[in-house]
Amino acid sequence: MISFDFEYYRPKSIKEATDLYQNLASRGGKPIYYSGGTEIITLGRLNRVYTDAVIDIKSIPETQTWGFHNNELITGSALPLSIFNEKNYFPLLAETAREIADYTSRIKITIGGNICGQIFYREGILPFLLTDSDVLIAGSKGVKRKPLKEVFDQKLMLEREEFLVQLATKKIYMEMPFLSVKKRQQWKTGYPLLTVASLKKDGFLRFAFSGVCPFPFRSEQMETVLNSRTQPYEERALASFDYLPQPILNDIEGSNEYRLFVLKNTIVDFLKKFEGDENK
Amino acid sequence: MKISKDTYQKITIKLKINGEIVETDIHVSDLLLNVLRDKLGLTGAKPGCLNGDCGACTVIMNQKPMKSCLLLAIEAIREEITTIEGLLNSTIQKEFVNHFAFQCGYCTPGFVMVSHALLMNDPNPDKKTVIEWLSSNICRCTGYQEIEKALYSVIKGGNACGLKPKNTVKSNGAKKTDETGRLN
Repeated sequence: MISFDFEYYRPKSIKEATDLYQNLASRGGKPIYYSGGTEIITLGRLNRVYTDAVIDIKSIPETQTWGFHNNELITGSALPLSIFNEKNYFPLLAETAREIADYTSRIKITIGGNICGQIFYREGILPFLLTDSDVLIAGSKGVKRKPLKEVFDQKLMLEREEFLVQLATKKIYMEMPFLSVKKRQQWKTGYPLLTVASLKKDGFLRFAFSGVCPFPFRSEQMETVLNSRTQPYEERALASFDYLPQPILNDIEGSNEYRLFVLKNTIVDFLKKFEGDENK
Repeated sequence: MKISKDTYQKITIKLKINGEIVETDIHVSDLLLNVLRDKLGLTGAKPGCLNGDCGACTVIMNQKPMKSCLLLAIEAIREEITTIEGLLNSTIQKEFVNHFAFQCGYCTPGFVMVSHALLMNDPNPDKKTVIEWLSSNICRCTGYQEIEKALYSVIKGGNACGLKPKNTVKSNGAKKTDETGRLN
């Protein structure tokens, strides 16, 4: 049970949503955009999120788009994670999304909610970081399109009145070799330790990580080291750690030392799968 | 400053649950789980973790399993909700009994609901799919083997859905959802 009440709005257009936000905020309210709502509900119950009005964006048609348009895959922000496996247009996204939470929860959790949430895993962003995707963001001045790498630094940098509408990814990325692996300390359904996703473009391996630091990230400096083919796999993995952002997570799911141990082994596994056994 | 629930007026909503249209007064922030149990007397959906982890509160919404602790009741307007009470005498319920697929029984409604939802969507699921769907729910006092056996016995029997939820009351003009289950 959530201990506070709020107003509920379900706009049918982007403009209606952003106008609502402005009107509510100008009256001193604390509106919040709502998509799957799982984090708002669970953190609201713990009084770690507070709002006096939710603006549910699920009825805005643009947020429900899932398909190709002009050689781009358009991913609406209010799509549930489960749809990416039901209609698998983007295999890397499908593989990464199917490891988030559990099947039933993925029917409610949305890709936009995962990307914009407070939880530090936010694995849903990894495929988009690896594929040079753009984001379409709605705000008081309309919808703007930006390269994700320009507006993502540890988190998607949205102004208060803005919300994520869509992500756009070039179709050519759908065909590229990839790997995405989630590691847990216990069982298949335990909480995540870390996720590594990788994509091979023009012979060069790209890497993005979740659960290593308190935010997901892609590191081009680490990628340069991990692609230096003169070095053995393990040496490359360890050398790439010089460029890891800080801090390394150190919590009940795993100590920082354990996370780095698992990360090194996972990276080595990836290099073996992409480049073959070192002894051959 | 936080505003107490009493600051906001209750609203009256209609929900379609187990084929019946029911009317109830809610606060906008009320979870479907609480409305089912406290307002409508449908106590089959169980409060467990209240965090979306355990699945004891699972219901079926538009043929998909849904954790009712992760859903505002207001989001369920115009959606087709089935609770464990709507699966009385269903094949899956009988097979849970036949295979003794429970111990204390607290998690059982959730497992029955997710199993039934799976069979509604795929009458002949492969093992990987069965594991993926059942992994949404947690049992802490018995094993999962009996639950899987109950599910597989329904699959083998070829009567996957067994019983459609009772439909004793017509929708009486209630707005319908489109084919994707979204609001029109």
